[in-house]
Amino acid sequence: MSNDYTWSTGSEIAQAIATDKTTALAVTEAALSVIVARNPTLNAFTAVAAERARAKAKAVDASPDKAKLPLAGVPFAVKNLFDVAGIPTVAGSKINRAHPPAKRDAGLIERMEKAGAVLVGALNMGEYAYDFTGENLHDGPSRNPHDISRMTGGSSGGSGAAVGGGMVPIALGSDTNGSIRVPSSLCGIFGLKPTYGRLTRARSFPFVASLDHLGPFARSVRDLALSYDVMQGPDADDAGCADRQKESTAPFLDRGLDGLRIAVTGGYFRKGASGEALTALDGVAKALNAREIEIPEAARARAAAYVITTTEGAALHLDRLRKQAADFDPAVRDRLIAGAMMPATLVVKAQIFRRWYRDQVLALFKDCDVILAPATPVTAPKIGQQTFTLDGVELPVRANLGIYTQPISFIGLPVVAVPVALKPLPIGVQIIAAPWREDLALRVAAALEQMGAVSAPRPNL
Amino acid sequence: MPNPPLDDYIAAASAALDLPVEAAWMPSIKANLEVSLRLANLVSEFPLPDEAEPAPVFKA
Repeated sequence: MSNDYTWSTGSEIAQAIATDKTTALAVTEAALSVIVARNPTLNAFTAVAAERARAKAKAVDASPDKAKLPLAGVPFAVKNLFDVAGIPTVAGSKINRAHPPAKRDAGLIERMEKAGAVLVGALNMGEYAYDFTGENLHDGPSRNPHDISRMTGGSSGGSGAAVGGGMVPIALGSDTNGSIRVPSSLCGIFGLKPTYGRLTRARSFPFVASLDHLGPFARSVRDLALSYDVMQGPDADDAGCADRQKESTAPFLDRGLDGLRIAVTGGYFRKGASGEALTALDGVAKALNAREIEIPEAARARAAAYVITTTEGAALHLDRLRKQAADFDPAVRDRLIAGAMMPATLVVKAQIFRRWYRDQVLALFKDCDVILAPATPVTAPKIGQQTFTLDGVELPVRANLGIYTQPISFIGLPVVAVPVALKPLPIGVQIIAAPWREDLALRVAAALEQMGAVSAPRPNL
Repeated sequence: MPNPPLDDYIAAASAALDLPVEAAWMPSIKANLEVSLRLANLVSEFPLPDEAEPAPVFKA
């Protein structure tokens, strides 16, 4: 490894530190320098924790166990809805800036740092995570590292820009309807949305309790697996976190495709997809010799996820809507006010449909191990672009970039988003597994990476 | 299903929920509510048996 750490993986960095080829402090200083140099362009970071990061890096360098830490000295950053001790958790909003500083780090930050990782800052996001664009009225848009006139995707837009732009090798984000997978697709990086309930959400700002997930972004499958592995495990501080012990994935990444049955979605998941989305999907499907199946009633699933999101989100923010409506981004406010007015009967219907749909999709996994689907219908739209045309219909970008991710997170399935390095802009493919089988999705992603079918393209910055 | 008279509905819901709505916000709120209702009706028109349970199940 050279002294340029801006495109090294976390795994390479940890190995170099473990073998004394470099130090955690040197890597941290390099990351902080890159953040200072690139943030004016990419607008990924809203807070940089330089002194905290240096102190942690020195502690890693002094640790007699550093060779045993899987993420020794690996810089990472978090979407600014994670609590970071000492700063308010803004969740992309103006309103939360008045909150007192968080007293304790989010559960996942604690687990990452226990494994040797070094938190360097907090990342831009769409207001209160109700967003697929990565734009933010208060902090300005995060910018796509492959074309800074284009969106990162959201709502974890800063996470996409920071990892895709070589500022950190690993970032954490949240995904309620696609907010890890959409920016992964648009920024050309890997993202893991684990099974609902797998990773603790303790001390993160919520959006939709029924659908909220947290997970990692990275530029390699191994980094996804390493970070995911150290973040697993039950946590009584999150009522939705499953009482399930850690199931390691990193040791099994290289098992290849032997014995795996792979399917690719047709129907709903091809309707509206651009040529780029289909090129990426078909290329991955061909590399894996996938057979086509159809996920039943996916359009209705997306509709039900939409309804649950707007109403639960409105319930979360009802008091703020009453008292501080003018302080919201109007695009978020008006969606939430409409959500507050939705009849409860229709929300219960959506939750009834959710169980039926889950049973239908789980039945598909009797005959396959993973299912492929596009991650986004298009490559990154222009910042500020309000509408796009899908299948001949003009639709709002903000609500429709996630049409292929919503029917999957709706029932909590684990997904690895993998980047296909098309020119001029990358686009992602979802690798979807049955609940609790993150290991299979990661294994298929690793096989694709090994054969060169997917990779995180390096931008010219 | 014809569009419900949403202007009246929004005004009534605003009052019932003590949720102030400025006149300038109305077109956007109405457009969002129309989309949400259309999608909700797409779900609710799907026939399921009376015994179908909602996804969240409370455990005492």
